[in-house]
Amino acid sequence: MAQVFHRSSNWLARFSIIAVIGVTGLLFSILLNINRIDYVSEVGVAIDQPVPFSHKHHVEAIGIDCRYCHTSVEESAFAGIPPVETCMTCHSLIWTEAPNLEPIRTAWRDEKPLQWNRVHDLPDFVYFRHNIHIAKGIGCTSCHGAINEMPLVWVENALNMEWCLDCHRNPEKHIRPRERVFDVHWTPPADQEAQGLQLVEEYDVRVSQLTDCSVCHL
Amino acid sequence: MTQIVRQSSRVTNRVIVTVVALATVLSAAGCDLRQRMYDQEKYEAHEATTFFKDGLTSRAPIEGTVARGGLRLDTHLYEGKVSGELATTLPPSIEFNRALLERGQQRYNIYCTPCHDRTGSGNGIVVQRGLKQPPSLHQDRLRNAAIGYYFDVITNGFGSMFSYASRIPVNDRWAVAAYIRALQFSQEAAYDELPAEDQRQLQ
Ligand code: HEC
Ligand code: HEC
Ligand code: HEC
Ligand code: HEC
Ligand code: HEC
Ligand code: HEC
Repeated sequence: MAQVFHRSSNWLARFSIIAVIGVTGLLFSILLNINRIDYVSEVGVAIDQPVPFSHKHHVEAIGIDCRYCHTSVEESAFAGIPPVETCMTCHSLIWTEAPNLEPIRTAWRDEKPLQWNRVHDLPDFVYFRHNIHIAKGIGCTSCHGAINEMPLVWVENALNMEWCLDCHRNPEKHIRPRERVFDVHWTPPADQEAQGLQLVEEYDVRVSQLTDCSVCHL
Repeated sequence: MTQIVRQSSRVTNRVIVTVVALATVLSAAGCDLRQRMYDQEKYEAHEATTFFKDGLTSRAPIEGTVARGGLRLDTHLYEGKVSGELATTLPPSIEFNRALLERGQQRYNIYCTPCHDRTGSGNGIVVQRGLKQPPSLHQDRLRNAAIGYYFDVITNGFGSMFSYASRIPVNDRWAVAAYIRALQFSQEAAYDELPAEDQRQLQ
């Protein structure tokens, strides 16, 4: 009887073995890298808001300090999103007719909350605190990027574990003098590593413990 | 008040990509569990809710109640008034020193400079953009005002200026008031009253 498979179909058998290994490998590497794909973490995607509030306008052009609006960033885990009252301290007096600001005025008049869309959002099993980072000389822009250039806020750094750990292992690359934490124009000096190491010591940063799982996953 | 609405699309995107890559490996049940770990049944600060009628998870204390340690009988400290009159001194619990002035300067620069500018002349950047000009803090009427007056203005607002009580805690309000005094002295100081060193610098 003639053979069912011709000799030349052997390559098919070999190919399928390689293909299975290859495809499985590919799938696994996608799985491993899934958090690094920007599409997944929505890095760089400006989030629409009910009022087109612009940090570029208010921070860069007018020069308002972050704490005028994000009042609790120094003391608590949560940075604080300003109530409409904060907007009205100025906008009850200027740009009182701007159509863009109508939702703010309506919310103020009716004493209803305004719903902002969340931009940064860690999973609920990760614990993050702003106050400790501010107290130890990590500036807003080190994590949030150039917020002063954002007409609408987007996520600058994917908030994945790798990113947190990169800094927790080597905080000297990012640490800055405390009084520059809110300075959006700070850039690392040429000898950042040397100065950083000095600050790490001065501020008593507990580098050896910062990668313990329990720091972020209580 | 403010509310924050969760954006579940990030997690959804992640799940979509995961599903595409591992359609045969991950079951739908696994995805659901993962999603539930990401978005647990607890509220984060300011998160919106349907549980309360007003949609707010941050609740105000029930009217007429006082939290433990929240009793504010000391009118000097909390209202800037001594037996009904504006206080002319700092409350005893606040010590006047360099740290207080530095704190006051920092808070003044955050919360007041947009309108009153760094020197207190009332020409802040927002005024340059058309906001009503506040009076200069260096006019005689304000220079002679009691320190408690500044505490009162920050706490209750004044005319079209809003209250800053929700943003500036009590101790910081006194620090700002003390700093305004220092600002006024700095503008007022006559040349011969200056320390010799400053006189030299001016020459
Ligand atoms: C005039 C008020 C104001 C000032 C000043 C201000 N912000 Fe904001 N900020 C807002 C408001 C309102 C939102 C919510 C709307 C949005 O996300 O754009 C916000 C959102 C943000 C977010 C995103 C929050 C989220 O949902 O994840 C970040 C990060 C942020 N601000 C950082 C800063 C930093 C850093 C500064 C100082 C350099 C600053 N802001 C100054 C009002 C302000
Ligand atoms: C310290 C004063 C101040 C505060 C507080 C403030 N703004 Fe403004 N805002 C301004 C000024 C000044 C302008 C006009 C900018 C210019 O002249 O270029 C402006 C412009 C705007 C505009 C643009 C209006 C238009 O039609 O183009 C929007 C929108 C806006 N602000 C939203 C907000 C929101 C929302 C808040 C509260 C989170 C807020 N602002 C808080 C000072 C302020
Ligand atoms: C070490 C990195 C880091 C630094 C430094 C940092 N942030 Fe954040 N910020 C985050 C992360 C992570 C989140 C998301 C938190 C969450 O989802 O629970 C966030 C969220 C926010 C939010 C949204 C509200 C909230 O707290 O969830 C605001 C507003 C904000 N940051 C403002 C600031 C300001 C202003 C500064 C500087 C004073 C600052 N951040 C410094 C990492 C940082
Ligand atoms: C740019 C640098 C940097 C980044 C990015 C960063 N951190 Fe930190 N983190 C620090 C430093 C510095 C400290 C202070 C350590 C200390 O207390 O000595 C710290 C402390 C902490 C603490 C408090 C530790 C304690 O024992 O109280 C937590 C929790 C934390 N970080 C979580 C996170 C999470 C979650 C992320 C990512 C979303 C993150 N951090 C990203 C620099 C960073
Ligand atoms: C500096 C903060 C930090 C430390 C320390 C840390 N993690 Fe994480 N971890 C995170 C963040 C942030 C995420 C969320 C990542 C995301 O959303 O992509 C996370 C996610 C995870 C996840 C879930 C992954 C997923 O996609 O579902 C696991 C499991 C985990 N961490 C385990 C650990 C273990 C084990 C350790 C100790 C060796 C550890 N983590 C230490 C910040 C940290
Ligand atoms: C958004 C702009 C704005 C900000 C920010 C602001 N003020 Fe004012 N302030 C005004 C205006 C406008 C007036 C004049 C009000 C009127 O006459 O109706 C005023 C008036 C005053 C007066 C004079 C009261 C009088 O008797 O004439 C004092 C004192 C004062 N402000 C202190 C402060 C302090 C302290 C801060 C910071 C905590 C501050 N202001 C922040 C706009 C502002």
